[in-house]
Amino acid sequence: MFITRKVEFSASHVCRNPSLSDADNLRLFGPAANPHGHGHNYTLEVTLSGDPDPVTGMVLDLKELKEILNREVVDIYDHRFLNYEVPPFDRLIPTVENMAQDIWRRLAPKLTGATRRLHSVRLYETPDLYVDYIGDEPCSA
Amino acid sequence: MFRLTRRYAFAASHRLHAPSLSDEDNRRLYGKCNNPYGHGHNYVLEVSVRGPLDAHGRAADTTLLDRLVSEQVLAAFDHRNLNLEAPAFHSQVPTSENLAREICRRLKRRWSAVFAGPWPALEKIRIAETPRNIFEIRTDEIE
Repeated sequence: MFITRKVEFSASHVCRNPSLSDADNLRLFGPAANPHGHGHNYTLEVTLSGDPDPVTGMVLDLKELKEILNREVVDIYDHRFLNYEVPPFDRLIPTVENMAQDIWRRLAPKLTGATRRLHSVRLYETPDLYVDYIGDEPCSA
Repeated sequence: MFRLTRRYAFAASHRLHAPSLSDEDNRRLYGKCNNPYGHGHNYVLEVSVRGPLDAHGRAADTTLLDRLVSEQVLAAFDHRNLNLEAPAFHSQVPTSENLAREICRRLKRRWSAVFAGPWPALEKIRIAETPRNIFEIRTDEIE
């Protein structure tokens, strides 16, 4: 069974590869390369897979899941300039893909239990662009 | 594994009518969708690709994806009458099942000219005819 909890946060970022020229960055990332940064209202959907506990009937108490998401992600990302304030984005470009992977790495150890595990992280940068990260397994064709 | 999904919107009109059936059978089968003058929808298309990250932390170059969808889908279908203006629907009923298959086929046909390497791979498309009717097809379901 899958259970999903949704949270929102707002943050600013710059998508810029420091080893490339300004012109190349503009070509690659478009307006997202603006060095002064810009922001998004991100929506995060975290999905766990697992079996309901026979006593409580829950895969994980959604109150507890909410507290974990707030502590591990929202409190760290919300209303921050990611490149300056949230490692690893001082050295990693905060694309929506890299953010989804960082969120996975923050959450996976906190959500793994005997009868449940983190299944996927879906991060919306805008309503029209989102990424699913489904763990560190390699891509297969 | 990363899956990146981009959402697009277009508006088009169509009429559902199967020429091999009688007018009465068409009315019974398609109901209001068989109205001879046609009707329209605000379609919402989601295109999902998957792959590893490139050196810049991206699973796909969304500029290239936007251009491909714009050329292959939006230019062909946005503000069009599907029955009259899209050749694929001269020979098949423009149901959203057939529209999903046609969009997938169009993207798949041009994919390697835009994305030369093995990644990103076109995984699936999903089309909402209305917020309540949603159709999804994986690339490996079509030739």
